Amino acid sequence: MNLAEYLFMFLVFPGLLFSGTAGLVVGWVDRKVTAMLQWRVGPPWYQNFLDMAKLFLYKETLVPKGAARGYFLGMPLLALSAATLASTVLFSANGGARNGFLGDVIVVVYLLMTPPIALMLGAFASANTLATVGASREMKLMLSYELPFLLALSVPIVKSGYALKLGDIISYQVINGAIVGSWSGALSLVAMIFCIQAKLGFVPFDMPEAETELMAGVYIEYSGKALGILKLAKSIMIFALPALIVTLYCGGVASGSPVDLAKFAIKYIAIVLVMILIKNTNPRVRIDHAMKFFWGPVASLAVLSCVLAVLGQ
Amino acid sequence: MGLKEIVLSRSIYVFHLSSGSCNNCDIEILDCLTPRYDLERFGITLVGSIRHADVLLCTGSTNRMTAPIIRKLYEEMPKPAFVVAFGACGASRGLFKDSYNTGQPLDEVIPVDAYIPGCPPKPEAIIGGLIKLIGKIKEKTKGR
Repeated sequence: MNLAEYLFMFLVFPGLLFSGTAGLVVGWVDRKVTAMLQWRVGPPWYQNFLDMAKLFLYKETLVPKGAARGYFLGMPLLALSAATLASTVLFSANGGARNGFLGDVIVVVYLLMTPPIALMLGAFASANTLATVGASREMKLMLSYELPFLLALSVPIVKSGYALKLGDIISYQVINGAIVGSWSGALSLVAMIFCIQAKLGFVPFDMPEAETELMAGVYIEYSGKALGILKLAKSIMIFALPALIVTLYCGGVASGSPVDLAKFAIKYIAIVLVMILIKNTNPRVRIDHAMKFFWGPVASLAVLSCVLAVLGQ
Repeated sequence: MGLKEIVLSRSIYVFHLSSGSCNNCDIEILDCLTPRYDLERFGITLVGSIRHADVLLCTGSTNRMTAPIIRKLYEEMPKPAFVVAFGACGASRGLFKDSYNTGQPLDEVIPVDAYIPGCPPKPEAIIGGLIKLIGKIKEKTKGR
């Protein structure tokens, strides 16, 4: 492939334009389902696009006094490009062609780890006390969820014969059935959903941006375009992470045919709905509780599923 | 209608500031987000940080302690920004008009775009005030 094709993949499909649009629509699904659970009507489907247009086109971007300007404004860009690249790698490994490369699972995990780190650095650079508290919570949260996340992630890799390629994991599932059908797969999927919830900062684990105590925490000093870029990066994460679960556990997109795409969409919506339900039925937990929860029950579950996977269950 | 007019009047992030209120207005604001009135369907969200806000919703009589803070918060808001004076106290200092502590009303501290009178205003009155605010936003951004 030449440079133009790579640029097209990164900027249009399945990169920035496609993932960004899909992410904003999934963000609306989140808001709408939340509203319906509370017996409200909820915003129209284009609400997130209006918010984005407002932030990008008309609002002022302010840099607080005493902030490290380069870091403060550069980190949102890093978050957006890492999230977009993760989505691009993930979706080009899916479908009939499966344009993956050896080790793309590791690359996707690495790229999905980058936006929280960028957010953290941006918050530290903003010279705001509340942002610093939020960033330190984000750091602790990352330390807690990464261990069970990686353990759970190793289950599909072990099950598919130690394949470090998303395409091979999908091929294995096309022949042998979805990984979630086995004991180890089902257990690690449960652990994975909790980790994804924390990775997205959804409600039981939204201490870094706790609205009522930290006034938006890590996001507090961001305004205008910088806030828009961060929100877009988060939307792309909301789109990409459930898609990663579906790819690893439920078969992904086996081919480009409409039936397979519809199957993917149904599984994807089911995972997103589970996440929104967890979000709406739980209060925010304290950071030490979250750490105990991830290093205790969730990590044990992930270790158990790993052992089962090695034993071939 | 220009794009700016549509976008700014359909996506309003509200920062709620209590500048010495008796808490009654603050409770009524939350009523507007409940199932019966549900202002989120018009794109209105309460945000935690002043840097994200489009509208500063000011409740309470502006006293000598809070006036400098209000001025500072208004300066910290990214422009274009709008201000709503909420309740009888926000609009005119209410029954604290002659108090030693309330030196000046809110609209002498910062420019105010809409007033929502009432003690406290009913949710219907708040929605009425919202329509006034949207009219003001459209007027300010006309033809751009």
